[in-house]
Amino acid sequence: MDVLTLSRIQFGATIAFHYIYPPLSIGLGIMLVLMEGAWLKTGNNLYHQMARFWTKVFALTFAIGVATGIVMEFEFGTNWATYSRFVGDVFGSALAAEGIFAFFLESGFLAVLLFGWDKVGRKLHFFSTCMVALGAHFSAVWIVVANSWMQTPAGYHIVGEGMHARAEITEFWQLVFNPSMLDRLFHTICGAWCAGSFLVVSVSAWYLLKGKHLEFARKSLKVGLTVALVSTLLQAVTGHKSAQGLEKNQPAKLAAFEGLYETTSNAPLVLVGWPDEKNEKVIGISAPGMLSFLTHNDFHSPVIGLNEFKPEDRPPVTPSFLFFHGMVGIGFTLIAVASLGFLYFRKGTLHERRWLLWILVFSVLGPQLANQLGWFAAEVGRQPWIVYGLMRTPAGLSAVVKANVVLSSLILFTLIYSLLFAVFIYLLNDKIQHGPDDADLIPSGKLALPTKN
Amino acid sequence: MHLDLNTIWFILVGVLLTGYAVLDGFDLGIGALHLFTNKDEERRVMLNSIGPVWDGNEVWLVTGGGALFAAFPNVYATAFSGFYLALMLLLAALIFRAVAIEFRSKRPERWWRQMWDVSFSVGSIVSSLLIGTALGNIAWGVPVDANGEFAGTFLGLLSPYPLLVGVTTVALFMMHGAIYGVMKTEGELHDKLRGWAMGCIIFFVICAVTLTMSTLLYVPHMAARVRENPWLFSVALANMLAIANIPREFHHGNDGKAFLSSCATIVTLMALFALNIFPNMIYSLPNPENSLTIYNAASSPKTLGIMLVIACIGVPVVIAYTVCIYWIFRGKVKLDRMSY
Repeated sequence: MDVLTLSRIQFGATIAFHYIYPPLSIGLGIMLVLMEGAWLKTGNNLYHQMARFWTKVFALTFAIGVATGIVMEFEFGTNWATYSRFVGDVFGSALAAEGIFAFFLESGFLAVLLFGWDKVGRKLHFFSTCMVALGAHFSAVWIVVANSWMQTPAGYHIVGEGMHARAEITEFWQLVFNPSMLDRLFHTICGAWCAGSFLVVSVSAWYLLKGKHLEFARKSLKVGLTVALVSTLLQAVTGHKSAQGLEKNQPAKLAAFEGLYETTSNAPLVLVGWPDEKNEKVIGISAPGMLSFLTHNDFHSPVIGLNEFKPEDRPPVTPSFLFFHGMVGIGFTLIAVASLGFLYFRKGTLHERRWLLWILVFSVLGPQLANQLGWFAAEVGRQPWIVYGLMRTPAGLSAVVKANVVLSSLILFTLIYSLLFAVFIYLLNDKIQHGPDDADLIPSGKLALPTKN
Repeated sequence: MHLDLNTIWFILVGVLLTGYAVLDGFDLGIGALHLFTNKDEERRVMLNSIGPVWDGNEVWLVTGGGALFAAFPNVYATAFSGFYLALMLLLAALIFRAVAIEFRSKRPERWWRQMWDVSFSVGSIVSSLLIGTALGNIAWGVPVDANGEFAGTFLGLLSPYPLLVGVTTVALFMMHGAIYGVMKTEGELHDKLRGWAMGCIIFFVICAVTLTMSTLLYVPHMAARVRENPWLFSVALANMLAIANIPREFHHGNDGKAFLSSCATIVTLMALFALNIFPNMIYSLPNPENSLTIYNAASSPKTLGIMLVIACIGVPVVIAYTVCIYWIFRGKVKLDRMSY
């Protein structure tokens, strides 16, 4: 295999593995804020026990997230050096801002969140939990700024020619709020909330099925299902907004997502199907006019098809189509699962419906899969560009790195990440089997002191 | 020396990397000393002495990397693609080290803890060695072609002088970590660490003397600026006094002051390094005209200006809460339910 293919596989594999963890940190971060907040408000020590239990899970995901995240920052320079020279002026700023504003906040207050339980008072501890969650969200902000600039570049100009051409900032805030940034940010964050809340839901449903830690499980489900329902519904809204943005900013990507070749008014929305690239059509069931309606709020507006683009400027249709529809399908299934769970929980009959509890146990995989597929769709759909319209992916490679070197690092990461994943699953399972600590029902140290008002 | 934006960013990247060396330096050092004891309890105390802070310390490296990317993209691109294999090894070492801290305490089995203890310690030593060797290569000079691309090989990076800088870095961090450990522990482990710290100080002094001699003999350009501006010799003098003060304070039982002297040693060493490579960021050998400097490798003045605003807002806040967090976790380590 050549350097290009190997570097693409390496980047894809390392970022996909990394992205198991940040959504959990962001989502569990929010869950921890809610749980600890509920404890401070109600004084019910069950919430304290929940916060303590999920903090341990949080610590586990956070450690692997940090360890695998450094790899990403290095890989732009190691494998994509020409890209780094081209975008450093713009893209580097976002990464540096992420370090200053997000990582320091997150890792600094994480110390108090994890180890400060007996050392600081309730309010300061809660403040630290909030800062960790805020840091995790800031991190999402800057990384989505950087990635969205690659999708919809703005606030820059090109200086120099040929080998020495590069993008330089002209307007910082235009760069930050580039056309796709806000929609994609909300979509990414909702995806992270789904990941965190469904993990809580899944583990709690498992305890109900096994008849263990019942009170703990019910309280966790209450918080978990509420966040799950809200974030899955918001996810549909933010997804819709993102797709409307695509129509304006990256029409080739939208056309590939829908397998739409001819520009048509009354464009159909494919519900289930498979793209037939040879005959330039989609085999499956579609809703006529719906794509036009969703993008323009009008059944008769035309939607741009792939044939408007030269073949060398089109993204690969089949993978884009499948990743996108996979994500949407899972997204709507999760809305249904969260709604059913919430409904029966409110009725107080959830524990009798074992089939639904089993679905909830496995629902944890849904957001993880959808998050992965969503990013695959976003990145594959941007092809053949590494920076949309400005630089093609092969042009971004490092000039001096050879295929055998990339192959050896790819093998190295595959081995390390397989080991990490195995240990992660083993320890997570261990934690879940062990369950919440009864000792956590009684706060100790300074936390035991009542809050002064 | 005119203080323009490029120079300010050279200093800022230097400050971030120095912050990394001072802070992560002691927890890498603790890692290097981790296997010196084989008692589980003592290993736990050592691990928990850095438990709340190691993660934040590592962020200095991440942010330093980000700042290098943003301010000097050509340096970032050339160094990272040129040092490819070395950096992949560094990443592997940093990953094992980080997850080992989190994983170790999760199971009581002896083999499990031993496995992660070895990962933690080897990861720490290899990280220090590679970081030092990379710095040594920048000092010695690396082949760069007319396009600003690295033109050497991986094995070429492992020449004696850079390796000597690598070993010196390991010694420096071990000394720094041992003194930190002395401050954070009590009882039997405290006495052991005191003994190791003395050994580490001797190890470091031998390395430092050897490194100074070989720099003056074989890498004259790394002393050029101080030679031309004799008043800068005060930095070298400060460095020597800081080193000499470590065993002195240590002998009088002023562990805190010994640690501050150790910090001052790192800061003055980094300052000497920066003074002598300036304005180069990657010194090209054998063709110095191909060197990447703070001017030909930098981002646009506009970006450097924007980034400076970001740094002026962000860095004071970061320093303020980092100090608070170190304050909350001051004093000797006590193992409890939350400990590793």
